[in-house]
Amino acid sequence: MLDLLKRPILTVQEFYLLAGQAVRNVIRQPHYGDDISLQMDQIGVGSLPIVVLTGFFSGAVMALQMSRALAQYGQVGKTGEIVAISLVRELGPVLTALLVAGRNSSGIASELGSMKVTEQIDAMRALGTDPIQKLVTPRLVATAVVLPLLTIIADFIGMFGGYMIAVFRLNLTGTQYWSSVWQVLVWDDLAQGLLKPFVFAFVVALVGCFFGLRTTGGTQGVGRATTQAVVAASVLVFVLDFFITQLFVGLNPK
Amino acid sequence: MTPEPAALRFENVFVAFEGEEVLHSVSFAVPAGETRILFGAAGSGKTVALKTALGLVTPDSGRVYVFGQDISRLPERELFDVRSKIGMLFQESALFDSLTIEENVAYPLLNQKSIRCGPEECRRRVREALRFVELEHTLEKFPSELSGGMRRRVAIARAVVTGPPLLLYDSPTAGLDPITANTIITLIVKQRDLSNTTTLIVTHRYQNGNLLANYRYEPQTGRLLRTNGAGRRTAATRFLGFKDGRLILDATQDELDASTDPYVSKFVKHNG
Ligand SMILES: Nc1ncnc2c1ncn2[C@@H]1O[C@H](COP(=O)(O)OP(=O)(O)OP(=O)(O)O)[C@@H](O)[C@H]1O
Ligand SMILES: [Mg+2]
Repeated sequence: MLDLLKRPILTVQEFYLLAGQAVRNVIRQPHYGDDISLQMDQIGVGSLPIVVLTGFFSGAVMALQMSRALAQYGQVGKTGEIVAISLVRELGPVLTALLVAGRNSSGIASELGSMKVTEQIDAMRALGTDPIQKLVTPRLVATAVVLPLLTIIADFIGMFGGYMIAVFRLNLTGTQYWSSVWQVLVWDDLAQGLLKPFVFAFVVALVGCFFGLRTTGGTQGVGRATTQAVVAASVLVFVLDFFITQLFVGLNPK
Repeated sequence: MTPEPAALRFENVFVAFEGEEVLHSVSFAVPAGETRILFGAAGSGKTVALKTALGLVTPDSGRVYVFGQDISRLPERELFDVRSKIGMLFQESALFDSLTIEENVAYPLLNQKSIRCGPEECRRRVREALRFVELEHTLEKFPSELSGGMRRRVAIARAVVTGPPLLLYDSPTAGLDPITANTIITLIVKQRDLSNTTTLIVTHRYQNGNLLANYRYEPQTGRLLRTNGAGRRTAATRFLGFKDGRLILDATQDELDASTDPYVSKFVKHNG
């Protein structure tokens, strides 16, 4: 029984060590600014199209679904409120994080994994660079900056998707829609909506790096690491989402 | 003991991965300027031995001295200074495939803290190192655009660009045709004799060991010349035989040739 638990506990411990080192390196010399901007470009700009598309359609779908439910109470006018709350609090952060996990946790894991199995990680250490400083920290910093921004974009595009439905399908006016959006959002929603992507960024970047760096067993191992990274990152996003939501509900019991 | 510390010394080094012993009480010393040829079957621990010398693998027990400094318990940050004195050619070249050839060779110059060189100086040294391996024309290419033998040569350029006093070559000729293999051994001998570097080289080709032990680089002609056995080189070159993580032989070429051990003589038989 103890033996059975030993492996996962060791793995979690290793993950914390990596996370600790990566975070500590943020304030340590040397800084690899070029790598950070390269990663921002790959993670941020690269993910933009899918984030925009997904954001738009999830907002539109929310508006369609909710308007039917609201119609039963004659409250179709509140569609904007529901769309805004669910996007800002949940859908924006979670969907964006899942998309970026699918795209970048896997990308990071396979990139670092192939570097590991071709001895490039060893070569880095041999040639005077700390792979955590050079590879992990820039990816972490880039994701932590970019994921909240992507989430904000997804939120707005989603609301715009809802607006299109509201105007063209539900016969609401633009003013009706946007004013209900505006009125319903409070600071608490924004805090939650920005804290989540920030926390998810750690998951997305570090899980990818973690599985990449512990890859063994050649090309097959790289494939395995990639899959494990996406699965672990996605599950962790949902788990952490629950706890952060719980925290905010606990802070503001209504 | 000699007053000058050995370039590299292993003392009862044990290494295990997940409970599996990979190096078992390995001890040897390489005085500065000498050459060691490591041989042994696949999985016998040669690569792990080289990585332990670089501090990439931490021994479970025993000590590793690089130029007299015990590196076996050093934290990673302090190892970087030690590593800047060592050049390593990895078994699969390990070039960074996101960087061009020029950037690959410049990498140790730009990243090793003990080396300070301005952009102009760096470019000059990169070019010089690439000229050394006769690949100046590939500066802008990426490693994936080169052949295996060319990649090996670029990796040699990257290993020697900082002029380290100790060089480790892991299977520099594995998987190459005899002509390219000889070119690469010539480069290694050239580097050794021009800069008087201490050299460790993993190789299965007896022919390579023979070249390293009995030939020296002749700068005038750019070729290898036989030192006729009695040369200083021959005495300063020893063969280290690995078997299942143990060092089973530390011998001169004559002793190696005379060995009756069936495992050892399998490697000598390639002489042809
Ligand atoms: N990072 C690692 N994790 C676990 N086991 C390892 C690791 N590196 C090497 N080993 C094991 O150590 C043993 C020795 O490996 P090593 O790479 O030193 O062999 P080698 O002598 O270089 O062989 P080859 O001639 O094939 O290169 C092998 O059994 C290998 O499986
Ligand atoms: Mg090897």
